[in-house]
Amino acid sequence: MFGKLSLSSIPWDNPIIMGAVSGTLFLGLVILALITYHQKWTYLWKEWLTSVDHKRIGVMYIVLALVMLLRGFSDAILMRMQQAVAAGTSHGFLIPGHFDQIFSAHGTIMILFMAMPFLVGLMNIAVPQQIGARDVAFPFLNSLSFWLTASAAALVMVSLGVGEFSKAGWSGYSPLTERQFSPGTGVDYWIWSIQIAGIGSLLTGINFLVTILKLRAPGMHLMRMPIFVWTTLFTNVLMILAFPVLTVALALLTFDRYLDMHFFTSTLGGNPMMYVNLFWIWGHPEVYIVILPAFGVFSEVVATFSGKPVFGYRSLVYATAAITVLSFSVWLHHFFTMGAGANVNAAFGIATMLIAIPTGVKIFNWLFTMYRGRVRFTSPMYWMIGFLTTFTIGGMTGVLLAVPTADFVLHNSLFLVAHFHNMLIPGALFGFFAGYTYWFPKVTGFMLDEKWGKRAFWCWLIGFYLAFMPLYALGFMGMPRRMAHYSNLAWQPYLILAAIGTAVILLGIIFQITQLVVSIRHRHDMRDMTGDPWDGRTLEWSISSPPPVYNFASIPVVHGIDAFEDMKEKGVAYRQSDSYHDITMPRNTGKGFIIGALAFAFGFSMVWYIWWLAILSALGMLFTVIARSMDDDVEYVISAAEVEQIENEHYRKLLPIVGNLHADRQARGG
Amino acid sequence: MTTDQAAVIDELPAGQMEHPDHIAIKAFGFWIYLMSDLVLFAALFATFAVMNHSYAGGPSGRELFHLPEVYAETLFLLVSSATYGLVMLAVHKGRKDLVLIWLAVTFLLGLGFIFLEVREFHAMIIDGNGPWRSGFLSAFFTLVGTHGTHVTFGLIWMLAMMVQVLTKGLTAPVQSRLLCLSMFWHFLDIVWIGVFTIVYLMGVA
Amino acid sequence: MSHESIDSAGMSRGTGKSYATGFILSIVLTTIPFALVMRGMLSHEATLIAIFSAAIIQILVHLYFFLHMDSSSRARWNVLAMLFTVLIMFLIVGGTIWIIYNLNYRMM
Repeated sequence: MFGKLSLSSIPWDNPIIMGAVSGTLFLGLVILALITYHQKWTYLWKEWLTSVDHKRIGVMYIVLALVMLLRGFSDAILMRMQQAVAAGTSHGFLIPGHFDQIFSAHGTIMILFMAMPFLVGLMNIAVPQQIGARDVAFPFLNSLSFWLTASAAALVMVSLGVGEFSKAGWSGYSPLTERQFSPGTGVDYWIWSIQIAGIGSLLTGINFLVTILKLRAPGMHLMRMPIFVWTTLFTNVLMILAFPVLTVALALLTFDRYLDMHFFTSTLGGNPMMYVNLFWIWGHPEVYIVILPAFGVFSEVVATFSGKPVFGYRSLVYATAAITVLSFSVWLHHFFTMGAGANVNAAFGIATMLIAIPTGVKIFNWLFTMYRGRVRFTSPMYWMIGFLTTFTIGGMTGVLLAVPTADFVLHNSLFLVAHFHNMLIPGALFGFFAGYTYWFPKVTGFMLDEKWGKRAFWCWLIGFYLAFMPLYALGFMGMPRRMAHYSNLAWQPYLILAAIGTAVILLGIIFQITQLVVSIRHRHDMRDMTGDPWDGRTLEWSISSPPPVYNFASIPVVHGIDAFEDMKEKGVAYRQSDSYHDITMPRNTGKGFIIGALAFAFGFSMVWYIWWLAILSALGMLFTVIARSMDDDVEYVISAAEVEQIENEHYRKLLPIVGNLHADRQARGG
Repeated sequence: MTTDQAAVIDELPAGQMEHPDHIAIKAFGFWIYLMSDLVLFAALFATFAVMNHSYAGGPSGRELFHLPEVYAETLFLLVSSATYGLVMLAVHKGRKDLVLIWLAVTFLLGLGFIFLEVREFHAMIIDGNGPWRSGFLSAFFTLVGTHGTHVTFGLIWMLAMMVQVLTKGLTAPVQSRLLCLSMFWHFLDIVWIGVFTIVYLMGVA
Repeated sequence: MSHESIDSAGMSRGTGKSYATGFILSIVLTTIPFALVMRGMLSHEATLIAIFSAAIIQILVHLYFFLHMDSSSRARWNVLAMLFTVLIMFLIVGGTIWIIYNLNYRMM
């Protein structure tokens, strides 16, 4: 009836896990209680869970990302603490089996359930507004994508308390992940959560590609789009073309595990190396999927806070295009040591070095944007400058690793771990934090506290260096990754330093939470009255904060790059329309949420071999999709009168302040 | 700021860009999904390409495949592609009755394809040559089976469309879905060309 | 929205004649490879070249006659998307074959 599931599936004997589970459940109950107490269930369902509005969906993605950041970071703290003490005769406080689950969960969560939702959330919030559109091309699919991602994250969270997570790393190499060597539920949780999230990502990719190509405001030629939109476009191309390969890699592994097939087994004609090949064909584009939106955010931030158009717009676009194509030609550098010949390794090594060039071009473009600009050192700019310096260092270590002979020494050492964290944290994560800070007022209508933001930044920056520079040294000293215990005592001081760095980052996270609490508490003092708190250059700043559900009462006509700045310079920036018309918007629907819930049930039942539930939930998803297609009432109309009312209210508050905005610019010499 | 700049109309007259071409947008979105499906099949073909001699002491394609049956399957699918073309012609003419007839014919032809494929799989499995037998057979069953699964979903979609045409008529959303289904169906025939060439013909030649 | 139809949509469309032409060509391009393999009329290499060529031509026939992919502006983004996808497919399939054959030779 319940497949392999039983009460003994809960890891009663592991006090750390039971503590984490209890804490999480308690926190969850508190949240549910608060919602009930404030009688917000109806509001939550109607306004958020069933929303097909890209602005709301974007917020939910970012909430998911921030929650999963805390979970993934907890894993990091545990690992750093373990490695700081588990030297020589001490074996630390984590048994190896648990440690293995922790590093596997850490990687899986941070990439697929923190970085991906964060960047998709930022894309959701910003892109339709930046291109002058009302919503994305497929709002229902947007909701569905979110709920699939959320249900996959839920599956990972559930694995903590029911069963176990994978011990085979976030990359899940065979034959370790075959049923013979990993008979438990861990690998299955890993497989199904990634597969479900992967469908969500694929749908997002399709959605935003079509949105950007087909829903731009008139006059917004491709070469007039904001750079963030360009990077989103290329990110989506990568998502569309890379995720199917991951789907296949995981599906073939699933067939091996569930149906006794022989794709990656070590016997009967299987080829374990083929798994590694397929995984990284996806895996390399994936890291570009994670970084390109951050590059886009930085492009927006540097232009806005330097008071200049971004330098070398065309070269930025071509560089991003080059990265997109090249990212499909380097994947073997993740397995230089697997045994391919010198020709193969050299070809991919050269390609890997080539792909560093377009990124280098971008670094210079951003630097030249700042050069001779009127730079305002807001917290988004802090993240930007922290990124520019630190990411460049990490990039150089990447070029070092691109040399196959060097990689033979450094593969799977802590040098590698330091390199990719050097890309992901100052690169991707700082970019997401900058975007979060930058677009926060647009979403909520009030600013984030700058003081706490800058304090958080310094903790993250200093903490990052303390946590990861020692790892470069350890890599050269020969320490491999993923070690629960080691006997070389010379390594320990470095690992202690790294643990201290983690503590400093923790302080940074605490400051970010403080920032949020303080900002919410003081939100009336920090209100964004005009919709344009930063003196921005792109169209999202031309509408109120938060925008009305339809974004633009009348779709603007675009005449150049930095469309809003263009309007400001021509003095037509704050014009109200003289006439309004009815606006058709998509209706909210619960079907995205329902399919997501069924996907969770499906994933859970596949993990535990509860076949009747798997079949039922699969059929349920199919029927819900068909039911959705039978539904003809999927839109509603906002009357012209209502639009006029909303717009009048906005301009009533805006126009008294507009004069001040012009004066501010004059004073800044803009 | 000159007067003519001030006079620049920065909005279009009400209405323009307010009604994007929904059907074209949906069709384009579906096309992009098909591109992702192409990559999916590419990965499966790549897998088949590296495993198609991993017999593990078991049978090879030459011993297992019956080309006359494969030819018959191919014709079923090809004719069904042509009959779906007739569906779309009927849609353009607004002929609900012809749409239903040709959808039904296409459905039956597709069903015939699936029937023959299931029969082939069944025969192999009964003989102990299922996907668990060797890497080659795992790759074969998965590649051909994934295509067959896509075809099956297409058949379910066709049934749903027949119901929708019957109950709603040829409304814009229904037309849009029939258009997407036509792209799907033709695409599956294109993938089948790859399958019968690389798996069956190459396997036996 | 009720005035919308796939005629007003900016899509390429077929005619009875184009479907019929595509169909006949496809039948021929299917039957020839099957006959070549089943009858063993050519050498192994020649057979392979023939069936691959027939496959590629038939795919192009399908793309043109059934999917209405042409050089018109209506199909432009579709063609571009497909060309890029095909490029990536070549990288994936070609790269995989090269890498795995190399690995198999050295490691297995």
